[in-house]
Amino acid sequence: MSDTNSLLEARGIGKAFLGITALDSVDFTLERGEIHALLGENGAGKSTLIKILTGVYSRDHGTMHLDGAEVTPSSVAEAQDLGIGTVYQEVNLLENLTVAENLFLGRQPRRFGLIDRREMRRRSKALLERYGLDIDVDALLSSYSVAVRQLVAIARAVDLSGKVLVLDEPTASLDAHEVEMLFAVLRRLRQEGLGIIIITHFLNQVYAVADRVTVLRNGRLVGTRKLAELPRLELISMMLGRELQHITREHQAQEETIASTAEAPIRFSGYGKRGSVAPFDLDIRPGEVVGVAGLLGSGRTETAFLLFGIDRADSGTATVDNQQITLSSPEAAIASGFGFCPEERKTDGIIGDFSVADNIALAVQARQGWAKPISSREKASLAESFIKSLDIRPADANRQMKFLSGGNQQKAILARWLATGPRLLILDEPTRGIDIGAHAEILKMIEKLCADGMSLVVISSELEELTAIAHRVIVLSDRKHIAQLKGDQVTADNIMQAIAAPARTEAA
Amino acid sequence: MIHTRNLPFVTTLGIFVIAYALCVLQFPNMMSTRVIGNLLTDNAFLGIAAVGMTFVILSGGIDLSIGSVIAFTSVFVAVMVGSLGVHPLVAFAAVLVISTLFGSLMGAMIRYLGIPPFVVTLAGMFLARGAAYLISTESVPISHEMIDAIQGFYFRVPGGGRLTALAILMLLVFIVGAFVAARTRFGANVYAIGGSQQSAELMGVPVGSTTVGIYALSGFLSGLAGIAYTLYTSSGYSLATVGVELDAIAAVVIGGTLLTGGVGLVAGTFIGILIQGLIQTYIVFDGTLSSWWTKIVIGILLFVFIVLQRGIIWYSNRRLAEGRLKEI
Ligand SMILES: Nc1ncnc2c1ncn2[C@@H]1O[C@H](COP(=O)(O)OP(=O)(O)OP(=O)(O)O)[C@@H](O)[C@H]1O
Ligand SMILES: [Mg+2]
Repeated sequence: MSDTNSLLEARGIGKAFLGITALDSVDFTLERGEIHALLGENGAGKSTLIKILTGVYSRDHGTMHLDGAEVTPSSVAEAQDLGIGTVYQEVNLLENLTVAENLFLGRQPRRFGLIDRREMRRRSKALLERYGLDIDVDALLSSYSVAVRQLVAIARAVDLSGKVLVLDEPTASLDAHEVEMLFAVLRRLRQEGLGIIIITHFLNQVYAVADRVTVLRNGRLVGTRKLAELPRLELISMMLGRELQHITREHQAQEETIASTAEAPIRFSGYGKRGSVAPFDLDIRPGEVVGVAGLLGSGRTETAFLLFGIDRADSGTATVDNQQITLSSPEAAIASGFGFCPEERKTDGIIGDFSVADNIALAVQARQGWAKPISSREKASLAESFIKSLDIRPADANRQMKFLSGGNQQKAILARWLATGPRLLILDEPTRGIDIGAHAEILKMIEKLCADGMSLVVISSELEELTAIAHRVIVLSDRKHIAQLKGDQVTADNIMQAIAAPARTEAA
Repeated sequence: MIHTRNLPFVTTLGIFVIAYALCVLQFPNMMSTRVIGNLLTDNAFLGIAAVGMTFVILSGGIDLSIGSVIAFTSVFVAVMVGSLGVHPLVAFAAVLVISTLFGSLMGAMIRYLGIPPFVVTLAGMFLARGAAYLISTESVPISHEMIDAIQGFYFRVPGGGRLTALAILMLLVFIVGAFVAARTRFGANVYAIGGSQQSAELMGVPVGSTTVGIYALSGFLSGLAGIAYTLYTSSGYSLATVGVELDAIAAVVIGGTLLTGGVGLVAGTFIGILIQGLIQTYIVFDGTLSSWWTKIVIGILLFVFIVLQRGIIWYSNRRLAEGRLKEI
C-alpha cells in the first residue's frame, strides 16, 4: 500500500444494475482516524458504494483492501466480522424486537450457551447512555420515535465497528441537540483511530465534523478533497456540476397582496386537543406559506395531525369558506382539499413494488375514488410532469420505486401530494434527504404553486428553509403556539430567539 | 405491565382457563389428572409437530408438509421394524435423519431459489405422502419389546393420572423449544427474519443458514412426531394424519403467534394444543356430540383469534402512535 495510514482502500469499483451503470470505476480511500464525508446528488451512487463496501451488493469491478489485506465481504455479517459497522439509509431495525434485542442481535452476550438477558439489558442501557438516551430497553422498538430508532441504529453500528463506521444519512431525523451528541461520539471514535464514512445532505454538518470529502456525480468520482481547503461554493459545484442558483426571497412583493386579502378562507380558532396541543388560532390565506418552527417535541407534528384530522380536536372550530367543517379523519380533510406529506414518508409512504407513476398517482386516485380508475395516459402524463419538475432520476416513470435512490423516492412522495392539487398542503420536513440542487428546485416549485393560490403549512427544523419560503412563522414550545413572526421579522435569529425564550425564562 | 407483544398469549391463556373452568363446572371429573394425562398423551404427536410449526410461522413462513412427513415416518418405521426386523432405535435414527434432510432441502429451495414457502412445502407434502404410499398402502402393525416397553412406561401422578412417555416427550420438546426460541441466537434470528427479512439481512443475520435451519427443525420435529404417532397407534399407515399440518397451524395461531411472523411464543402453542385437547375431551364427556364439533369449534376459535389479533394490532398501533407523539 502506498499510504500506510490508509485503512480502507477501494480501487476502480464498478457496479451496474440490470445493465444500467450505478458506479463507474470509483476510487475511495478512508484513512485511520478520519471522518470522511461522501457527498453527491440524489442517485449519485453513494448508497450503492456503501453497500458494496459493506457486503450487501457484490461489485462488478474493482478491488478492496482493509488494513492492507484484500477483502471481499459477501454479506453484512462478514463485513461486521471484519470490523465494519453500518447504518444503512433505509434500515429501521426490527420493530417487533425490543430495543435491547435490536442492539445485540447476532452478538448477544451468552452464559452457558444461552442468551443472558440481564447482561444484555445492562449493556444496552450503558450503550444508550452515551447518546443521552434513558429509555426502557425492554420496550418494543416500535414504541419509540424515528429519532430514537435512528439513535439506536447508530449506537448499534458504533458498537459493532472495530475499524470502520459507515453512516448513510444518519442525521435525517435527529434534532440539533442529538446531532451534536452524535458528533461528539464520532469525534471520540476518530480519536480512537476509527475510520468513519458519513453521508449527508446537510453541508453545515459536513463542515462541522468531517475532515475530507469525496464527491460522486452520476456514478463517477469527481474528487476527494480536504474540507479545510475547500470553499463551500466549490464543493457545491463539485456536487452539481454547475453553480447553484440562489434562492432569493422573491415573494416579498407578493406578501402585501396576501396580507391585504381581507378574510382568510381557511380558519382554525381555539383549535386544540388536550394533552397534545394547546388551543390555537390559525388563519391561512391563499398563496400563503405558514412555517412551523420549534424543537422536536414542541408540538409541531401534533399540530399537523390536528390540521389533517389524524387526531381529533376536542376544542375549537375549523372553517373553510365560511363553512364549519369537522376534521374527523384524514378522508374528511382530503375532501376539504387538504393534503399532508408526513415526516415518516421514508417508510410509510413508499410502495416499493409499484412503479414511480403508480406511486405518484396514488393520492389522486384515492381522491377521485377507486371506482373511477385513472387512465394510463393520464397517469403517464402526470408522472412525466412531476419527474421533470422535481427532477426525479432516473426519469423513468415505469421503474419500480424500490430501485430509486432514497432521495428520489422522497421526491416521488412529495409529487404524490402535489399532484392532488390541494388548496392546503401540510408538509412535515419536506426536504430531508434531498440534495441541495433538488432542494432549490423544490422550493422554487412550492413558490410557483403558492403563486397559483395553494396554501402551505411547512414544518421544518431547518431555519434557512423556513426563512426562504415562509411568509409567516409560528413558533411552538411545550405544545403551545408561543409566537408568530411576520414579514421582515422572519429571520433565523428571530426564530431561534423565540424558540429559546421560554427556556430562558425558566432558567431565570 | 403486560407487553403488548404478549397480549395474544395472555388472552389465549385467559380463554383456556375460563373454558376449562366451565367444563369442570359441568363435568367435575374433567379436573382429574387422569383426564389431563390422557389429553397430553393423545395430543403428543400434534404438539411436537406444532413446536416446529411455531418456528416456521415465527419466521414468516409456513410448512404444509408436516402431516405427510408424519405419515411417511410412521410407515417407514413400521416397515423397518415390523417387516424387516430392524431394531427400533436404528429405524428412529434413520427416519429422523431423512426427515431433517428433507426439511433442510425445502428450506434451501425457499431461500436460494426464492420460491415461496407455501409452494415449496406444498410440493413437499405431495412428495412425502407419495413416498409413504410407495412403501406401503396397507396399515402395517408393529410390535417389538422395546416399543412395548415405551408404550407401557408411565409415571403415576396423584389422582390416578398417568404421565406417559409420549406426554413426557412432548413436554420436553415444548420446554426445549421455548428455550431455543427465547434464549438462543438462532431463536433471536428467527424472530428477526419474521420481523423483516430485509432489515435482518442488513443487520447481519445469517438469513440463509437460519432459514435452512428453521425448516430442518420443522422436518426433524415432524419426524419425531411421526415416531410418537407410531408408538401411539402401534402401526404405520400411509393414509393417516392427513391435514395434521392444519391442526398444527391452528394450535400456533390460537396460541397467539401472528401468521405474518415475528411475534409469538412457543408456550402459546402449548396452550393452543391444550385448547384443542379440551374441546375433544368435552365432546367425549358429553357423549352425544359428533366429533366433528371439534373442527367446528376450532374453526370458530380461529376466526375469533384472527379478528382478535387484528384488533390488538390496530389497538397497539394506535397506542404506539399516541405514545410516539408524547415522547417526541
Ligand atoms: N437495487 C437496485 N436496482 C436497480 N437500480 C438501483 C438499485 N439500487 C440503486 N439503483 C440505482 O443506482 C443509482 C444510485 O443509487 P444510490 O441509492 O446509490 O444513490 P444515492 O447517491 O444514495 O442517492 P440518495 O441521496 O438519494 O440516497 C440510482 O440511479 C438508483 O436508481
Ligand atoms: Mg442513498
